[in-house]
Amino acid sequence: MRTPDRSIPLLTRRQALVLAGAAAMFGSSVARAAETLGFNELYSKFGVLGLEFSDKVKQLTGRQVAIRGFMAPPLKAEAAFFVLTEIPMSICPFCSTDADWPDNIVVVYLGEKQTFVQPSAPIEVRGTLEMGSWTDPETGFLSLLRLRQASYATV
Amino acid sequence: MRNLFATLIATTFLAGAAQATTIYPLDRATVLTGSPFDFKVEFNSVVKPEDVKVTVNGEDYKAVFGSEPEFVAEEKGKEDKVLGSALVLRGLTIANAGAYKIEVSAGSETKSVTWDVYGTSETPKAKNIIFLIGDGLSVAHRTAARIMSKGMTEGKANGRLNMDEMDRMAFVGTSATDAVATDSANTMSAYMTGHKTAVNALGVYADRTPDSLDDPKVETFAEALRRQTKKSIGIVSPAEVEDATPAAVVSHTRKRGDKAEIVGMLLDVKPDVLLGGGSAYFLGKDTPGSKRKDDKDYIKLFQDAGYTLATDKAELEKAAGTNTGKILGLFHTGNMDSTLDREFLKKGTVEKFPNQPGLVDMTKAALGELSKNPEGFFLMVEAANIDKMSHPLDWDRAVVDTIEFDQAIGVAREFAAKNPDTLIVVTGDHTHGVSIIGTVDDEKEGTEMREKVGTYASAGFPNYTDENGDGYPDKIDVTRRLFLSANNGPDHYETFRPKLDGPFVPAVQNENKEYVANEAYKDVPGAVFVQGNIPKEGDSGVHAVDDIVLQSTGPGSEGFKGYMEQSDVYRVLADTFALGVKQTQ
Repeated sequence: MRTPDRSIPLLTRRQALVLAGAAAMFGSSVARAAETLGFNELYSKFGVLGLEFSDKVKQLTGRQVAIRGFMAPPLKAEAAFFVLTEIPMSICPFCSTDADWPDNIVVVYLGEKQTFVQPSAPIEVRGTLEMGSWTDPETGFLSLLRLRQASYATV
Repeated sequence: MRNLFATLIATTFLAGAAQATTIYPLDRATVLTGSPFDFKVEFNSVVKPEDVKVTVNGEDYKAVFGSEPEFVAEEKGKEDKVLGSALVLRGLTIANAGAYKIEVSAGSETKSVTWDVYGTSETPKAKNIIFLIGDGLSVAHRTAARIMSKGMTEGKANGRLNMDEMDRMAFVGTSATDAVATDSANTMSAYMTGHKTAVNALGVYADRTPDSLDDPKVETFAEALRRQTKKSIGIVSPAEVEDATPAAVVSHTRKRGDKAEIVGMLLDVKPDVLLGGGSAYFLGKDTPGSKRKDDKDYIKLFQDAGYTLATDKAELEKAAGTNTGKILGLFHTGNMDSTLDREFLKKGTVEKFPNQPGLVDMTKAALGELSKNPEGFFLMVEAANIDKMSHPLDWDRAVVDTIEFDQAIGVAREFAAKNPDTLIVVTGDHTHGVSIIGTVDDEKEGTEMREKVGTYASAGFPNYTDENGDGYPDKIDVTRRLFLSANNGPDHYETFRPKLDGPFVPAVQNENKEYVANEAYKDVPGAVFVQGNIPKEGDSGVHAVDDIVLQSTGPGSEGFKGYMEQSDVYRVLADTFALGVKQTQ
């Protein structure tokens, strides 16, 4: 059993560490205003005949945004991108012939190389939001929503 | 030292070269008369065409088979590695039943196989077949569904499931051609073609070349129906309709993951009723939610082919009432939700897709449409989520889906009662490593949850209730519940409780691509860490190699008995419909 009097200072300390880490990671970009975008805000409509991007996504396209999620295991270690998912991936779609990605993924192209983190650790990614169909030339991986020139930090 | 090394290389090389030449179909294959299949010989070395000799029952094969094969001088593997020469003859048919011994030689390579070519009855035994398949349906699922749905008093069940009322049964062996273990692709493919194949393959023998779409084909049941009859075809599954089990009714690919291509194969065969999930592979790549890599709009292509489209429960009811003859029902971009989430807890993806029909609704709609054909029909109904919930060790969801499966069997039984010329087959495709070992009783003394596990006499009986008589327990989280336990799995936390917040996710991947216990369950009161016993690359519980139980009732069911290979089931289906005989003008 956790006691409340212990957990409060712990949380505060962790938050402080996260803030410090984020500032170091994001460098100059932290000064720029980044609108936060949640996974639950990506689509305005889910339907069998397709999903519809929300007005917020449409408005933020081309702008600097921050999205929190989980890093899926990379396709290959040196891949130019990784996939950001709402929940930690319990299956590896790249590993198995029958596994599939969830429909609400965001593909992240990093501005500079960063080391991959534990896929079960929540991260915040900042980058320029890009919307529309794009096939990664190297892997053939198709995406509809991307963050370009991105960087991330664990939260 | 150098000599020893050289010898080792030579030995290894020779051992490789000594591997047998391969002939497809494999030895002991069973082939329906008149059913087209691809014949292929893979030589282990590059041979000269003039050295190749093939005989069928001692005669030159070109005379017997009646056509000229293609000789491939060099088949290439990955990175252009030369694999050897090959002979390929596509779409071969054999008209007369009997044993066919194929002998092949070229240089030092020789190989022989014998096929059993069989015919069928002259006249059909039944007009309709309803083939109901519980994906992963194991004995524990059946027992748990009976106890949870009907209850038990003093050791006797308080009621019987629909599947308990079948007249005949068989034990079915599910192993693949390349492994004792198995998956839903090769297992359903064996049912639907009469040929066993390799893990992940559908409607083909798995050859050595990397291309997944060039492997030697065998005819699917749907193709045989189109060739010999005017019967209607229905496919119903809460999985993506391009997932392995529904795909196996029509498809040919070495890789079940070729889902975009499988949608095209579905359109080629045009099942009259196609209901399930998986619309993402029907949408062109620019549509958000699409999983295609091309611009093909299969929704439109199906509509152009005369299909009425339904995208939720209400539209399915409406489509079932129209007279278009063909229904495409797609109710989810991916797999539809489990019964427990869809009907009771409203978890999973139910918020995004709130009006999904259930297996009973879909089975009723399909039967209503298909039974309009005076020539009869074949309907395949898959309860996919039994398997999809067993993999993550979510036994409560798997069992509730088994209850729904049983209710769909009830719909089939009602139909057969009015239409006695109907064969019903109820089976699984493979099993899972799961057993019921007793109960978990929250009222038992003790601080640790394992103290509350009741075994032997202390198990007592579970206290599920069904006050509203819908066949489902009024709630799943009763105080004394069935304890189902897996015999395999990844590292995970056992919580001893139903997962009310959504399907169980036992393990997640770490940065080394190893699956580790999902920490989200660590703090559930009483949760204990369970060490995995499968390789760490495994994300969930695996299929078992145990036989499955097949049950059947109606004309033709006398063919099911004793032990059968999964591919033998096809022969009973073919005989029931007399598919050795042309029934069209």
